[in-house]
Amino acid sequence: MPAETLDFEEPIAVLMKEIEALSMLPKTDARQSEIDSLKRRIDSIRGDLYRHLTPWQRVQVARHSNRPGLEDFIQRIFPNFVEIHGDRRFADDHAIMTGFAEYRGEPVLLVGHVKGRDTKEKIFRNFGYARPEGYRKALRAMKLAEKFDRPIVVFVDTPAAYPGIESEERGVAEAIAVNLREMMMLETPVIVIVSGEGGSGGALGIAIGDRILMQEFAIYSVIPPEGCAALVWRDSGKKAEAAEALKLTAPDLLGFKIIDEIISEPAGGAHTDHDAAARNVDTALGRALDEVRALDTQTRLNHRYDKFRNMGRLGFEFVEEL
Amino acid sequence: MAWFKKTRKPIEAQEKPSSRVPEGLWVKCPGCSQAIYNKDLAANMHVCPKCAHHFRVNATERLRLLFDGEWVEHDANLVSTDPLKFTDTKSYSSRLKASRAGTGLKDAVIVGSGTIDGIETVVAAQEYAFIGGSMGVVVGEKITRAVERALERRCPLIIVCCSGGARMMEGALSLMQMAKISGALARLDRARLPYIAVLTDPTTGGVSASFAMLGDLNIAEPKAQIGFAGPRVIEQTIKQKLPEGFQRSEFLLEKGQIDLVVDRREMKSVIARALRFMGATPGHPAATPAPAVAEPAAQA
Ligand SMILES: [Zn+2]
Repeated sequence: MPAETLDFEEPIAVLMKEIEALSMLPKTDARQSEIDSLKRRIDSIRGDLYRHLTPWQRVQVARHSNRPGLEDFIQRIFPNFVEIHGDRRFADDHAIMTGFAEYRGEPVLLVGHVKGRDTKEKIFRNFGYARPEGYRKALRAMKLAEKFDRPIVVFVDTPAAYPGIESEERGVAEAIAVNLREMMMLETPVIVIVSGEGGSGGALGIAIGDRILMQEFAIYSVIPPEGCAALVWRDSGKKAEAAEALKLTAPDLLGFKIIDEIISEPAGGAHTDHDAAARNVDTALGRALDEVRALDTQTRLNHRYDKFRNMGRLGFEFVEEL
Repeated sequence: MAWFKKTRKPIEAQEKPSSRVPEGLWVKCPGCSQAIYNKDLAANMHVCPKCAHHFRVNATERLRLLFDGEWVEHDANLVSTDPLKFTDTKSYSSRLKASRAGTGLKDAVIVGSGTIDGIETVVAAQEYAFIGGSMGVVVGEKITRAVERALERRCPLIIVCCSGGARMMEGALSLMQMAKISGALARLDRARLPYIAVLTDPTTGGVSASFAMLGDLNIAEPKAQIGFAGPRVIEQTIKQKLPEGFQRSEFLLEKGQIDLVVDRREMKSVIARALRFMGATPGHPAATPAPAVAEPAAQA
């Protein structure tokens, strides 16, 4: 059971408190059956809530502190992980993690943002805000995978690239730009999974691939809803309206063909059941990897190019006026 | 691909209401506070003759300053369908309408091909007066087509950047234009064709984190604001004031992030020399032979 309930989960929080109170009393059969019934009620309410999440509620779920990330997936579906560090230029960025592991018995390279779970970890990971050296480390590792013909699996979960003086001084814009260009040409399969927050350029900077998969309640946006609200409504309190307007949910992005597939999550969101979330990721990833691995390199590169080339299509997102 | 062609006479392709230079006879220079006669300013490429302050110029003027004479404009009639049906305090479609009326353009970039010192070149110039030069699907498509055109013609590409970044009102579709253009530039790069990014005030956000930083040369005009994150966002994050000159051309040059800072009055001459270095010559767009790798499949 997650420690943290979100504001819209208030009805669940109330029932959980009741269960807690009952659990403190001496155990009787009658009490136990009352607890069981409350638990069933929670599952049912949670199921209902999560079937009808608003865009802003999805943002909250995507940012949930217990949401499974790269490290949780490593524990469950990528055995024998060996982390590698540093961009060999300046530093080791802790907001992006990379290394090799096994996936279904084959070597793969893993790359992903890490936000950290408790306060100490969050500070160490800079809350998932990567600096230029993070993007450069990621590319260095991906070139290593390319050299040895190993597939790459990317997990995207970041609020944004780190907006600080040192990021600008060391060329965060250049680091992201070079990744966009070079990832397009990597001669090895690349599967991207947007697992939490797809925060604009900071997310895209490691998110070019042959398949873009997205977990059901993850988000992917050009700007955080709060930033958008502050810019156009001059009121960051309008974040729910902004989240709605930005069309940042997985179904929206599938409609625009920005992502290829939605990976379903357990009924109350991935944070309520990491094992079930990982099983769904495993199934989708395995299939996607098999599909792109079956293609010869040139065909795969052409498909990757065409996928991004067609984001913004004549007759859909733009037209020619005569 | 159905390219829309239109020949523009550069002499007529003059001031649009988007120009930062006021309509009056005289303009006060923000750099040195001197009054400058408008015609003198125009004759000096909109650079203050006294203090070299660079006034912002519109996209049409950019093409006029770079090309030898006439140019052919491409894809002038692409327009956004407002795919998100985005509305905040105003609808995005009404913002588009106002920008179209104000600039005479259909979106925030002009692409043309012509010659620079006799060298056939494709040039894309962003228009700041059109929703802050922001990049949505139309800007992304036009610039991508410009890259593909340079690839097809085996000629150099120049992009004059002037943009606040991705266009929020087109959501993640705008974000993806960064990937789309960078992907096309990857092919141009592998084909060993010259690409020069000219960074003007401002070049920020998603434009800086894609094509603006991917030139064989990234050349900035003096004192242009160039950076990824907005200064206010950075100040809020680090909770301190930013140093004087932060994210200006000279700052980036000092930090090793751009190749050179060039006065607008020297820009064409420097670009022409760079293109020669890169193997482009008059009559023969790119002297560099195509590499042995297979050419990518043509786009539908
Ligand atoms: Zn002056």
